[in-house]
Amino acid sequence: MEKNIIFCGVGGQGVILASKVLMETALRAGYDVKESEVHGMAQRGGSVECCVRFGTKIYSPLIAKGKADYVVSLELLESLRKIEFLSDEGTMIVNDFKIDPVPVQQGVLEYPQDIKDYLNANVNNLLIAETESVLKEIGSQKALNIVMLGILSNYLEFSEKEWLESVKVCVKEKFVEMNIKAFLAGRSLKK
Amino acid sequence: MKKVLLGNEAIARGAYEAGCRVAAGYPGTPSTEILEAMAHSYPEVKSQWSCNEKVAFEVAAGAAIAGARSMTTMKHVGLNVAADPMFTFSYTGVTSGFVIINADDPGAWSSQNEQDNRHYARAAKLPMLEPSDPHEAYSFTKLAFDLSEQFDRPVIVRTTTRISHSQGVVDIGERKESELREFPINPQKYVMIPAHARPRHKFVEEQLEKMREYSYTSGINRIEKGKTKRGIITAGISYEYVKETCPDDNILKIGMMWPLPDKMIKEFASMNDELFVVEELDPFIEDYIKALGIKVIGKEIIPLCGELNSDIVDSALNGKKHSNSINPYAGTIPNRPPSLCKGCPHALVFNAIKKLNLIVNGDIGCYTLGVLPPYNAMHSQGCMGASVSMHLGFEKAWGNALARKSVAVIGDSTFIHSGITGLIDIVYNGGTGTVIILDNRTTGMTGHQENPSTGKTLLGDPSPELNFEALCLACGVKRVVTVDPIEKENLERVLAEETAAEEPSVIIVKRKCILKK
Ligand code: SF4
Repeated sequence: MEKNIIFCGVGGQGVILASKVLMETALRAGYDVKESEVHGMAQRGGSVECCVRFGTKIYSPLIAKGKADYVVSLELLESLRKIEFLSDEGTMIVNDFKIDPVPVQQGVLEYPQDIKDYLNANVNNLLIAETESVLKEIGSQKALNIVMLGILSNYLEFSEKEWLESVKVCVKEKFVEMNIKAFLAGRSLKK
Repeated sequence: MKKVLLGNEAIARGAYEAGCRVAAGYPGTPSTEILEAMAHSYPEVKSQWSCNEKVAFEVAAGAAIAGARSMTTMKHVGLNVAADPMFTFSYTGVTSGFVIINADDPGAWSSQNEQDNRHYARAAKLPMLEPSDPHEAYSFTKLAFDLSEQFDRPVIVRTTTRISHSQGVVDIGERKESELREFPINPQKYVMIPAHARPRHKFVEEQLEKMREYSYTSGINRIEKGKTKRGIITAGISYEYVKETCPDDNILKIGMMWPLPDKMIKEFASMNDELFVVEELDPFIEDYIKALGIKVIGKEIIPLCGELNSDIVDSALNGKKHSNSINPYAGTIPNRPPSLCKGCPHALVFNAIKKLNLIVNGDIGCYTLGVLPPYNAMHSQGCMGASVSMHLGFEKAWGNALARKSVAVIGDSTFIHSGITGLIDIVYNGGTGTVIILDNRTTGMTGHQENPSTGKTLLGDPSPELNFEALCLACGVKRVVTVDPIEKENLERVLAEETAAEEPSVIIVKRKCILKK
C-alpha cells in the first residue's frame, strides 16, 4: 500500500501545516511516512509544494510524475503546474481562488481565464472547492489549508476522530478550536 | 518512540541525545531549523547564533577542545567562510566530540550556487557521514559525536536540501549526558606552529586510515544484495531514488562519504557485471572508483547539475519515462517567482534607488529580490558581504565618478556577518562610496532569526543591541545618516546627497520587516 499526495499553493498559504497533520495521522495509523517541503527564498510569495507519501515502506520523499493519487491545490493557477504529477486515476482538489503572480500584477502576463474549463475537460476526478463562504464563517482566511485537508480527508481511510487527534497535536494550542472547525467544515464540503 | 521529524529537527534531536553541550551556527537555508529546533526543544544545550560561520565554527571548536561535546551548523556556502578554521582544527583534533553539520543545496533552491561540499571532507582530511533520510540524520549525528572522540577528529555530517527539508519517521531515544572533560595542557596538539603541525599531519593521515578500517565492519556502509548482476553505488538522498526505481539491483550504500571504503568497493565491483554510481552534483564517488582502476558508469547518464529525483534515475538506469495521459494545458502558465512581501520596507529603498538610476552592488537576503521586476535594481551579487568590498572594487576600476552613481546595499545581519571588514577597507583605501545598511531588525530571508543588532539571542535572552551608527563612525566613516524609508522624500534626498559626497558614507535605513513579530 502506498498513497502519494501533493499539496501546492503560494508561499504563506500554509501547505506545510496541512501536510504535517496528514503525516501525523498516517504515522498514528502505523504507516511509514515521508514528506518534502520548500523553505527559504521560494517561500516569499513563490509557488510552494509539499509532497506527502505514506505506506508500508516509503523511500523517496518526492513524488514521481504521474504517480500522485491526490493533488490538493490551494490556488487555481498552481493546479496547472502539478497536472503532470497526477496519476490517471488520481483526484485533483482545487480551491476556486486566484492569487495574481507578480508578472500578472505588472501586466506582463495574463492570468489564464480558462483554468476551470481545462480542468473540467481533462481531469476525470476533479473537485473544485468553493471555500470562500466557509472561510468567512470560520472568520479566518488562514484556515484554508485545514479546510482543504478536511476535503481530502473524505478520500482517505482515517476516521474523523483520528484526524482531529492529529489536528490537536500539530496546531498551536490557541488555534486548535479554529482549525477543528475548519477541518470539519472542509470535511462536510461534498466529496 | 516514533515521531515524524524534519531532517533538521532530527539532527538537533541526535545531537541532544548525544549529550551535545554547545551548539553555534549562522542561519542559512537549508540548515537553519537545526539550531531553531535545538533552542526551542532542548534548552540543556547552549545554543547560539554567531555573527558568521567562521565565528560559529570557532566557538564550537573552542568548546570541544575545552572539553564539551559541541556542534556547529551552516549551509554549504557557510562552510566556505568557516573553511579556514576547519582545515587547521582538522590537525588539532578535539578533546570532546565536535560535529560539523553542513547542508548542501543541490538545485540551488535558496542559494547562490550548487557547490558540492563533499570535496571539503577530502581536502580537509575530515571524516564525513552522509544520511539518506531523517532517521539517519538523527542516528548519524549521534554517532558522529562518538566517532569524533574515538578517532580524535572533527566529524562532518553532510545533508542536502531533500534531507534537511524532508520529514520522515524517526525512532528517537533519550539524552545521555556527556562528561565535561578536563582541558589538557598540550601545546603539541593545540598550538599549531609549524613544528607541531608537521607531526599532526601524519596523525591526521593515520586516523583517516583507521576510520576507513572502521567503515568496513561498522555497518555505516552496507551492501544490499538484489537479484540481478547490476550494481549501483549510491549515497544520501540518491539512495532513496535508487531503492524506489531499482529494487532488484545490488546496492552499495555509502554512509561514510570520506574516507571511502576501497575494499568494499572492490568487493562490490567483483559481485556485479555492470557498475553504476548514482550521486547528485559532482562525480565524487565516481572519480574515486575510477582512480581505483574500476570501470563504472556515472555522469555519462546521471546529470551533473541540479537535483536528482526518481524520474531522472528511472529514466537513466531503466530507460523508463513517467507521465500520465492527461492533456497538458495548452496556454501560457505565468510563473510565480518569489517576491518581496507587500509592504516590505526594502521595496521603498529600491524604488528610491531606481528613481536615481543608481548601479547597485547587492548582497544576500530578502533584498536580493530587488534584482527582479518591478525594481530591476541590483547589478552584482555574489556572497555574504561582497556588496561593500565589490563596491570599492568598482570604484578602483572606474574612479570616483562611478561612486557618485552607485551604492552598495546590504542587510543588517549580512553587514555584521562580513560587511564590516569591507567598510573598513573602503575607509582605509581611499574609497568614497555609499553603503546602505537595510536594518529591518531581523535576519529575514532565513525566517526571522535574531542577530547582534536585534537585542535578543537565539534563546530569546536580552543582549546589547549593536549600534550601527557608532560602529560605522568608529570605522572612520564621517557621514553616517539614519533614515526611515517611509519618509520617501527624505530617503531620496539623503540618497542623492550621500552618493554625491566625495567621501565614504553609510545610510542606515531603519524599519522593521513586516513579518517580524
Ligand atoms: S520577510 Fe521581511 S524583509 Fe523579507 S520580503 Fe518580507 S517584509 Fe521584506
